Amino acid sequence: MPLLKFLLPLLMLLGVSAQAQSPTYGLGRAPTAEEIAAWDIAISPITGEELPAGSGTANLGSELFLSKGCAGCHGTDGEGRMAPRLMKRDIAQPDDPWQWGRILPIRSPYAPVVWDYINRGMPLGAEGTLTPDEVYSLTAFLLWVNGVIDDDQMELNEENLPKIQMPNRDNWAELPEWLPGQPRLKGYPY
Amino acid sequence: MGSDSRKSDRREFLKQGAALAGAAALGATAKSASGQLPGPESQLRGTPELVAYGKRSRFVTSKRIPHGGRPSPDSFGLDFHIATPLQDHFGVITPTSLHYVGTTRGSFVPDIDPAKHRLMIHGMVDNPLVFTLDELKRLPSVTRLHFIECAGNRANRRHVTVQETHGMTSCAEWTGVLLSTLLEEAGVQDGGNWIVAEGVEEVKGASSIPMTKAMADCIVCYGMNGEPVRPQQGFPLRLIVPGGEGILHVKWLRRIKVVDQFYMTYNDYGHLRQDPADAALSLQIGPKSVITYPSGGQHLPGPGFYEVRGLAWSGGGKVARVEVSTDGGQSWFDADLRGEPQPMAHTAFSFNWTWDGQPCELQSRCIDEIGQIQPSRQQVAEFWDQPADQPPRVKGQDNSIQPWRIDSDGGVHNAIA
Repeated sequence: MPLLKFLLPLLMLLGVSAQAQSPTYGLGRAPTAEEIAAWDIAISPITGEELPAGSGTANLGSELFLSKGCAGCHGTDGEGRMAPRLMKRDIAQPDDPWQWGRILPIRSPYAPVVWDYINRGMPLGAEGTLTPDEVYSLTAFLLWVNGVIDDDQMELNEENLPKIQMPNRDNWAELPEWLPGQPRLKGYPY
Repeated sequence: MGSDSRKSDRREFLKQGAALAGAAALGATAKSASGQLPGPESQLRGTPELVAYGKRSRFVTSKRIPHGGRPSPDSFGLDFHIATPLQDHFGVITPTSLHYVGTTRGSFVPDIDPAKHRLMIHGMVDNPLVFTLDELKRLPSVTRLHFIECAGNRANRRHVTVQETHGMTSCAEWTGVLLSTLLEEAGVQDGGNWIVAEGVEEVKGASSIPMTKAMADCIVCYGMNGEPVRPQQGFPLRLIVPGGEGILHVKWLRRIKVVDQFYMTYNDYGHLRQDPADAALSLQIGPKSVITYPSGGQHLPGPGFYEVRGLAWSGGGKVARVEVSTDGGQSWFDADLRGEPQPMAHTAFSFNWTWDGQPCELQSRCIDEIGQIQPSRQQVAEFWDQPADQPPRVKGQDNSIQPWRIDSDGGVHNAIA
């Protein structure tokens, strides 16, 4: 993937991409690198390779959480109101992160997933208006609220965000390969 | 759906029932075979609008209802979940205007100019491609029947009608280009094991789908029941992922990115599970069926003959058999299937039954072509060793048997304990 990312614009410039495997129908056209970049907001959860350059801190994020209107729906500290809770629940046995609730910034195994969610879907009614720096700050704030990071001045960026150790990093079920004509779960009669 | 709106729906239902009963009584008095001879007062005058695009009789009032505990539309104009009136359907095709609607969190419907819409295929491919709608329509196409069912189509004991218990599934005839055609045209590179399919709506809803499934039978659809796909269903393009749960069928599709692994996107996050069994059961719809007549909220006028009718479907392939029980699951009989079952499509079934007027319980179960059998809630609970003193919980997508209790007064009730 990293190789592709760097080679793609070059290949298009040289006009050789169409020769790699010849299309049958010859319909459609090759997008420009700019067109791909403008639409491509999918972020690899593990490597975070498509994350744009930028940075932010929980401290800045706590202000944005108010000024961008997040708090109005999610509660001042993410305790949840009209919109889902974003702060883990206090529970008797704190060893199992799955007991903290279905709360994205603590249940997600990878921190870039939190970044992607905010970047795509927030704020309600003004999606796509946050800058990368603002998304880094809001991500940092939610990780800080949930105790994933301790320092509210810690700068999160495209380099260190994928390296954040989320509590569920190795504690989730891989989806099965979906083979046509196969039962959903081996040995399950239903 | 709030209890108030349920009450008013119920009142509306009762009023309509009373009107129908009155009409039946009049017909009986007149002893007329035709019932009503059209006179000038009961003729529809032609209008340019009706000539251009027809509409149903004003006497047909079947409608969708908001579902899932939230209003649709809400005060902002967002739609959340909307359930189809399965109790009113004939055959297997859901009328387009009545097809269920599901959204991730409540959504505005994008108003897309098809002339400006594009589909991009990129990522781990040799030839990234952008298609206009006209170009897609020049490519070889397929037309297939497929159901779509929301993962939240989970009956509970508070539900009254089949619209509430099962209304988040629908079946339509879909037309479009096989995704495999487009991916082969683009040339998938080694290691391109997943795709991310993404819509154009405000949250850019995206779902990750394994390449095996993408190449098998997924369709990039522009047609639905003979017309362009409706805006609520993804106009101008919707990805159909046969047998997969609803959220995978990306609406307003504009981008397919070939990637190396599961991308855990906005929509995918809901699939995150701790238990691998739970994860496996949440992706593909299991074998499922439901009796739509008689069903909850309906009333049998008295003992005698009834054609029991319903729908069956499975994400595993074709429906092989449907069985019906009239004694609460103690004995089972083969139902008649209507027409040739299609893979991952609703299949209509019927069963001739004479009611003796005694209280009883109707059930149906689906057996699909790969041998999966629709379970009762008790069977699921026993399989997973769930505590006997708690209500059974069906892991993954709920495909358990729906029981309808018929009381001696002819009332039909949801019998989920």
